[in-house]
Formats: sequence, C-alpha cells, structure tokens
Amino acid sequence: MSKDGVTKSKSLTRRQFLSKVGGTACGVALMGTGLAIYSRQASSMPALAIRPPGAIDEDKFQGACIRCGLCVRDCPFDILRLSELGEEVPLGTPYFVAREAPCEMCEDIPCVKACPTGALDHSLEDIDDARMGLAAVIDQENCLAFRGLRCEVCFNVCPLRSKAISLDLKHNPRSGKHAMFVPVVHSDACTGCGKCERACVLEEAAIKVFPYHLALGQLGEHYRFGWKEKQKAGGSLVTPDQEHRYNLPEGMRYEYEGEGLIMEESASDAPFGSDPLETLKHGGQLGKKE
Amino acid sequence: MTTHVVLGSDAIKTKGWFKSHQWLLLRRSSQLIILGVFLLGPLLNIWIVKGNLASSLTLETLPLTDPYLLLQVLLTGQAPETTALIGAAIVLVFYLLVGGRVYCSWVCPTNLITDAAAYVQRKLGIKPKARFPRNSRYWILALTLVLALASGTLMWELVNPVSLVFRGIVFGLGMGWAVIVAIFLFDLFISHRAWCGRLCPIGAFYGLIGHVGLTRIVADKRDQCNDCMDCYDVCPEPQVISPALKGAEKNVGPVIKDGACTNCGRCIDICAQDVFHFGLRFQQKLNNELKSVQ
Repeated sequence: MSKDGVTKSKSLTRRQFLSKVGGTACGVALMGTGLAIYSRQASSMPALAIRPPGAIDEDKFQGACIRCGLCVRDCPFDILRLSELGEEVPLGTPYFVAREAPCEMCEDIPCVKACPTGALDHSLEDIDDARMGLAAVIDQENCLAFRGLRCEVCFNVCPLRSKAISLDLKHNPRSGKHAMFVPVVHSDACTGCGKCERACVLEEAAIKVFPYHLALGQLGEHYRFGWKEKQKAGGSLVTPDQEHRYNLPEGMRYEYEGEGLIMEESASDAPFGSDPLETLKHGGQLGKKE
Repeated sequence: MTTHVVLGSDAIKTKGWFKSHQWLLLRRSSQLIILGVFLLGPLLNIWIVKGNLASSLTLETLPLTDPYLLLQVLLTGQAPETTALIGAAIVLVFYLLVGGRVYCSWVCPTNLITDAAAYVQRKLGIKPKARFPRNSRYWILALTLVLALASGTLMWELVNPVSLVFRGIVFGLGMGWAVIVAIFLFDLFISHRAWCGRLCPIGAFYGLIGHVGLTRIVADKRDQCNDCMDCYDVCPEPQVISPALKGAEKNVGPVIKDGACTNCGRCIDICAQDVFHFGLRFQQKLNNELKSVQ
C-alpha cells in the first residue's frame, strides 16, 4: 500500500500534481487570506482596554506576546486578565479595564518580570516611567470641578499627585466670585494606571485613560510657536522688539508675560499698608510701619 | 447487519481489560494531571505551575515554552527573553527524547475532544466522506510561519483552537466552549480524525520533531502478526504502521519512523499478539547489525 503511494507520488503527472498539490495550496492560501482579513479587526484594541505596564507598541506587542498569562498570574492585585473568545481584545492577550480595577503600580513590577518574551519590556525599572495610556478629562460638562465644586478626587488618588494631574485655578463665571480647581493631566508624568478613572465619583467617569494615539493631539510638523522661536534665536526674528512703555503712575510698573501690574516698595507711602493685619497690629495707626 | 466484532476484543480476551488499555489509561492520566496541575493554582491557590502550554513556570524555577510559538515570535522580529529561549530548548530536547507528537497524545487537551469524536464515530458507525490531504497540516504550518513573518504578529494565535482550549480552561473560556463543540462535531460528522490528523499545525511541527525523535514504537514481534487489523482501526495515524509492520520482506526495520506517529501506544494495547513495544529509534540499526553479525 505504501509502496503504491510512493511510486505514485514519484511519477505524478502534471494533471495529478495540479489537482493534488494545487488544491491543497489554494485551500490553505484561501484560509490565509481569510485569516489576514479577519486579523485586521480581530487584532485591534478597544479604547478602554489597557495593556500591562511596559507593554511595547501594540503592533509589536501582538508579535511578541504568546498569551501565556504569566503576567496575569504574577499580578498581586489580580487586575490583569487574558482576553477570552468573544471579547473585543485580541484573543488571549493580557489587559485590564481601569474603571473595574486600575494598575496598583507595584514598585517591583512583577508582571513585567514574569513576561518571558519581552512583550512587556524588561528595561522598565521604575513604574513611574510606565506609559500604559494617558488619562484625559474627557467630559468637561459633567466633571464636578468644572461645575465649580471641590471634588479633586482624581487629583488626590493620583500616584503622581500634582505631577501627572495638577489642579489649575480658574475663575468661576457662574458665581462670579468663586474659584474652580480643574484637573489637568500632564503627559510627561501620567503613567496611565487608571486610578483616576476608577476613583471618579460620577456614574460614568469624566476622566478616562486612553491609548496615546487617542488621548494626545499632535501639532503639524510645520507649526512653530513665536515665543519659543524667539527664545531659541535669542531675539525677535522679525522686526526688533521695542520696549513697551506703559503710561503708569510713579512707583508702578508692568511686567509683560509676567506678574502684570507691580507696585514698587517705594510706593508704600500710600495711606494704607498692603496688609490690613499690619495696620491693626500698629494700633490702627495709618501708614506707620516697622 | 453482519456480525460486528468489537474493536480490541481479541486483546481483552487474551490480555485482560486492564492490560489492553494500560497505555490509554496512562495517557489519559497524563493529559488530565497536566491540566489539573495548571488548574490547582486558579482553583485551589496551590501554585505548582503558572501560565499555560504557551509558556509556564514550574515551582518558580523551571521555565517551559512552546518552541513552535517561539519560532513564530522570532519570525515576527521580536527578541524574546532568555527564559523563553531556555524554556523552548528544554521542551525541544524533551520531545526529541520522547518523540515529537507525544505532545499531541499525552499533553494536548484537544486530543481528548478528537479522541472522543473518534470513539463516538466508531460506536455509532458514522463514516464522514470528506477527506483532507494528509500533508495539509504542513501547508498550514508553513502558512502560520509565513503570516508571522509577513505581518509581524502572531496571527495564527487569533484563531488557534488548540491554544484557546487549554488557555480557556485554565484562564477562562469565554465563548471558547463553542470551539470545543465545533472541533468535536467537525471530527465526528465532517471528516474522520481531521483536526489532529490532517490540519493542526502544532501536530505538524511536533511531527517534524518526531521524524528524528528518539523514543519510537517498534513492531519488534511483527512475525507474530495475525493480520487482525485492530491496530489500523484504533490508530489515529494508521498510515505509519505498514512500513514497520509489513516491512520484513522489503528489508525495512520494525521501528515506526514516521513522525506522524503520536506514540500514543494504542497499538500496543490493542494487539493480542503483543507485536508492538516502545523502543528506541536506533534499535533497528542494532538489530540489523546483530543479524549481520550472525
């Protein structure tokens, strides 16, 4: 039986060759084409799924990650999981959803150490250098801070408090006399851990972690900022600067791009001291200092 | 209906039920123990081994990595960590010693599904008509490697049902149960032993290792064969048997050299004449040398 098989395959006619080998080859090639088309959508990450810290660029990640789940097992907080069939995340790859459980930013980064293939980059040694994504205050209509309320929860839970999220003081136009402390995310420090998203007190988080390409804008290559160019060149690049003169009373000056109106010390012969407490301390005597 | 002789009844008569199923029992134990050890962690929090068959860490020291997957990673242009390289080397050496497709028959849980399909098929007398060419798996193996090289991603892993089944059981199946059902029905109704025997590229990869694997099944007592054909009926890759079993007159040795043989040992179990035994690849040479000396 096998001898027959051998002699047959040795003396294949062209027709036999075409129908046997050609058939298999075309079948497999069709399968490959189908797979390649399917992979276009099957390998795309949904916006809210975040890769573990140290994950290399997504397209490279899908070449390096063998879906072994060792990172999942070594996560002490059990926040990582492998995508199951039917989920939107590429099959078998590790991810977490910040709103459900954010990265706890372990100092020893066990998930990265566990990765056998370098899909999680072992050169990541300081968890603060991780870039899992970038937080963005995506909804400024419902964010309580933008409503003038003192929420600041995202700011306070941020592991890089005041570096990755700062509170910027803004005038509250609604009340006219209050301040608003609005959260601002800084891409040079945000690790994308997602603690802010997890902690946001709204029903649906107003601050969310997104992949970089979704969260970060990019200036056009040709774009230049005048003041930066000026600084670089050490002077104006167009007409030479003329010193601006303000027509101000004596003892006052104006600092452009700075503090603004400045009253100099010598102007303190004004009837009232600048600090009302000072005035009280001196028995209410006007203008008497020291 | 003609009188249907139950497969293996001769062996059971002469050797007893246990003796005629011992390799099958060992094999099932091996498959279930491996799966069980991986499940001890997530179910009972006993962490003997972490990960899955793609890559694992046993007792925090022994790394094991699937060499076929690692080959794909290398083709995508990524440089894996040394642990993965060491792990893959250990696995490669292991299968070179025990015979490549031991992975298929002693480790892979998909084998439980396809063996179940073959069993039901035999019991119900289902004879599917579709046949895939036997070398399809090598074409698919090549395809997976080419896709990894061309796309820079592990494209096959997006659909690979074999890694999905094991990973699914250990990490969460999702809709993976549908894949298990699909493989079963495919093998049962559409094409006999098609997945493991004709299509799976992992089987093809380990089959290539099997071509040079050390441990082989040897039909060393082939002169006792009474042509009952039970081994052909029970074998998942029956084409591998003939050259060794019927090779005496062609001066071909009794070692089953074909890499497609999974070393499952069912032929040993089912043979009432005790023709087959586990042996080594170069046993043949030794025997020939002995003969020439005599």
